[in-house]
Amino acid sequence: MRSVKRWFSKNLIRIYAFLAFTYIFIPIIYTIIFSFNDGGKSNLAWKGFTLKNWANPCGAPEICTALGNSLKIGLTSTIFATILGTLIAFALGRYQFKGRSSTNLLIFLPMATPEIVLGASLLTMFIGLGIDTGFVTTIIAHIMFCISFVVVTVKARVASLDPRLEQAAMDLYANEWQTFRRVTLPLVAPGIAAAALLAFSLSFDDYIITNFTIGTEITFPKFVFTSAIRGVPAQANVIGASMFFIALAIVIVGQVLASKRKSKV
Amino acid sequence: MAQDASTSARGDLILRNLTKTFGDFVAVDDLTLTIAKGSFFALLGPSGCGKTTTLRMIAGLEEPTSGSIHVGTTEITDMKPYQRPVNTVFQNYALFPHLSIYENIAFGLRRRGISNDLIKEQVDKVLNLVELPQLAQRKPAQLSGGQQQRIAVARAIVNRPALLLLDEPLGALDLKLRRQMQIELKWIQTEIGITFVHVTHDQEEAMTMADTIAVMNNGKIEQLGSPDDLYDSPKTAFVANFLGQSNLIPGTISGNDGDNLIVDLYGNKIAMPKRRSSATGASILAGIRPEKFRIAPVGKGATGNVLNGGVVSDISYIGVSTQYQVEMPWGKELMVFEQNDDDSDFLKKGEPVVLSWEPMFTFGLDGSQDASAGAH
Amino acid sequence: MAFLHVQKTTNKFKSLKNNRSLIPYLLLAPGLIWLSIFFIFPILQLGATSTKTPAGEIGFFEQTYRFQNYIDAFLASREQFYRSFLYATLATILALAIAYPLAYAIAFKSGRYKNILLVMVIAPFFTSFLLRTIAWKQILGEEGPVVSVLRAISIIGDTTTITATPFAVVTGLTYNFLPFMTLPLYASLERIDPRTMEAAGDLYANGLTTFRKVTLPLSMPGVVAGTLLTFIPASGDYINAAILGDPKSKMLGNVIDAYYFRIVDYPTAAALSFMLMVAILILVTLYIRRTGAEELV
Repeated sequence: MRSVKRWFSKNLIRIYAFLAFTYIFIPIIYTIIFSFNDGGKSNLAWKGFTLKNWANPCGAPEICTALGNSLKIGLTSTIFATILGTLIAFALGRYQFKGRSSTNLLIFLPMATPEIVLGASLLTMFIGLGIDTGFVTTIIAHIMFCISFVVVTVKARVASLDPRLEQAAMDLYANEWQTFRRVTLPLVAPGIAAAALLAFSLSFDDYIITNFTIGTEITFPKFVFTSAIRGVPAQANVIGASMFFIALAIVIVGQVLASKRKSKV
Repeated sequence: MAQDASTSARGDLILRNLTKTFGDFVAVDDLTLTIAKGSFFALLGPSGCGKTTTLRMIAGLEEPTSGSIHVGTTEITDMKPYQRPVNTVFQNYALFPHLSIYENIAFGLRRRGISNDLIKEQVDKVLNLVELPQLAQRKPAQLSGGQQQRIAVARAIVNRPALLLLDEPLGALDLKLRRQMQIELKWIQTEIGITFVHVTHDQEEAMTMADTIAVMNNGKIEQLGSPDDLYDSPKTAFVANFLGQSNLIPGTISGNDGDNLIVDLYGNKIAMPKRRSSATGASILAGIRPEKFRIAPVGKGATGNVLNGGVVSDISYIGVSTQYQVEMPWGKELMVFEQNDDDSDFLKKGEPVVLSWEPMFTFGLDGSQDASAGAH
Repeated sequence: MAFLHVQKTTNKFKSLKNNRSLIPYLLLAPGLIWLSIFFIFPILQLGATSTKTPAGEIGFFEQTYRFQNYIDAFLASREQFYRSFLYATLATILALAIAYPLAYAIAFKSGRYKNILLVMVIAPFFTSFLLRTIAWKQILGEEGPVVSVLRAISIIGDTTTITATPFAVVTGLTYNFLPFMTLPLYASLERIDPRTMEAAGDLYANGLTTFRKVTLPLSMPGVVAGTLLTFIPASGDYINAAILGDPKSKMLGNVIDAYYFRIVDYPTAAALSFMLMVAILILVTLYIRRTGAEELV
């Protein structure tokens, strides 16, 4: 009896972690399972296993338009937000300049402002200026709220870069541009990649701000939300599950690449 | 825009009135120094003495507040690091983690537009020199500390600079490896003939490797000379205490006898060679290295300079020698190293002893010096 | 000793270039201009709109500097205001309670599996959060397995539901923001040298004391970051309330959304948004002052 109690207290935290992970994965597993459901338009109760949702993911009306829009908006916003954010991250991480704390504040504020305020204020401005809401206004909004996250992610990487590596490069006859291109950039690249991934997922998954700026167009989250009342079609589950597996694959590949560089032979 | 002098400038390294301040803090204070071409030069001193800052200014990684740096007749003070005929071996090696060993070494050569064939030839040559040809395709993270250190050296010397700067490169290695690397670096330097400027806080390292040492303290050079010059004839208490160990006893010059000064140390009269004294007045610090003392129980005849009244207060047995702390009547302790090479008497704690030594081993410092400066 | 201290500060400047060059400003300009135009300016516009009053047709307003709008808006939506902060606080506390042991387990007890576990924590992030929330709605809903089981063993009655309750909303909020809480906690815990905890044990502290006196204080930066990253978005959220709640559990977000899109009363909506933002900023500033976090970004 004593040894059982011992085992318990030693592994208590591991047991807990296991339970926590189960909790985290319940809705994901549910989503994946129900993507195989022959549930018709509403997909509320389990009716039978089928592959036809996976075979025809665009089967539900508007779903692929929504997905396409979300991807287009996501990619465009990611590119611009990553560029703008990386530039700022370099400025903050490498240089000492006046106005440093104001810049920090300006970067922090959008992250501290609830999405509803961000969306509402943008809508107010667009209305006031007579600009129609839609694709472009949404991209503008997404770039805006992603910049801060890119800055934080890249800045961490830039700051952890050993300045002596760049000094060594200059010591070895590389001028400023060559140093940047051959030493700084390759070493910061993983951080930039992570930031881009983060920006894309924030943009793709965004509902609240998008709702304010998208006007009559549709995005994937908006599609899911509006169809929630009637019942979300299984094809949405298919897309959700696919996104999950793709992202998982990307992260695993990233981990493998990172550990390969570090392996001791 | 200063031109690229990385291949053209050659000659002695000359620093003139070099100064570096960080706000109110003076890191390097009006330093003037000539380092002869082809020599192995060491900048020695404790943390914060300005030696690393000086090195960085020579490399171009730090801008001098004032003063100039010349290599031969070429002034390089305002040149960027990549325009100078100088390469550095960094303290933590600074190997590029994302490049292979081959590419790390080839880095400098590539920037100067050397052809791939020539690069391969040079890289292979230098890898053989450091005896690590098999590691060419590995990444730095896969190498041990000692291997990384040698690659860092290889990466620098492959460029045949006029000057190689080493910033405490052996600090992270264990004792045995460090000793081995000291011998290897010295050998490489004599093989290639490049001027080495080695920064270190380890006085044993400096004495083993360097032809000339500059002892730095508080941004200034305390003394410049060959290792035995500095060891036998220190001019300041700092140098006396920093290099090896010294016993410094305050006294007064009471007369002279031919080539020797007669000095009164708390009633004991001792002789000191005049040429080894840098005292300016009557007040003097007599310096005797611990290994020069002879220690014997009271009663046994003692020759040369003699100090009476000592009592053994501590004994440390170190295998090759025995270290004694001897409490003297004036309240201070003297350190004695006795080699365990004969059937010397077994001294015990509390035993009264007589200390003696050959007069020619005494050196003298000006009495105004702080006897504890540089002690560690 | 003073030398060593000065040496430490000068080292920082060895790596940051001095401020003679314009380069940092050039780097900052594009991004900061973007933020000024599309963040600062709209917020100011929001403030301006909040004092307008209706003028003629629906959707048109004129600037009358009517600060009374704020009072009216607050009085009308007082309940949702309180509720938003209440739910957000509850969700933050729950998330902290769930995430801390999890982060601790990953940081100290996971051995070779550390990276896999980290990926698993971020994994939910990869599926649409709407889908996740809807999944919970269906799992906890009338026709879902949970309710059937609980009713079968008579824990809840036939008329009680789990969804469409404040409980469900808070649960949803907690779940959705769990990764935001876990990751900063993990990052902070991971930085702790395990030998400090061993040292505590060596100095007669038992497990609990070690945690209280060593681990917890050292992980505070992570706790601060995690709670902020959870509380802020949670207080403005309305998706969870919309999907998992009922009219009685509406949060401020739902109200603002309604004022914008259904009632078309921009000034009131703007006033409420502004108040929400200011309230959060005040709370965050007080919180940070109290816990002493330095650079936030």
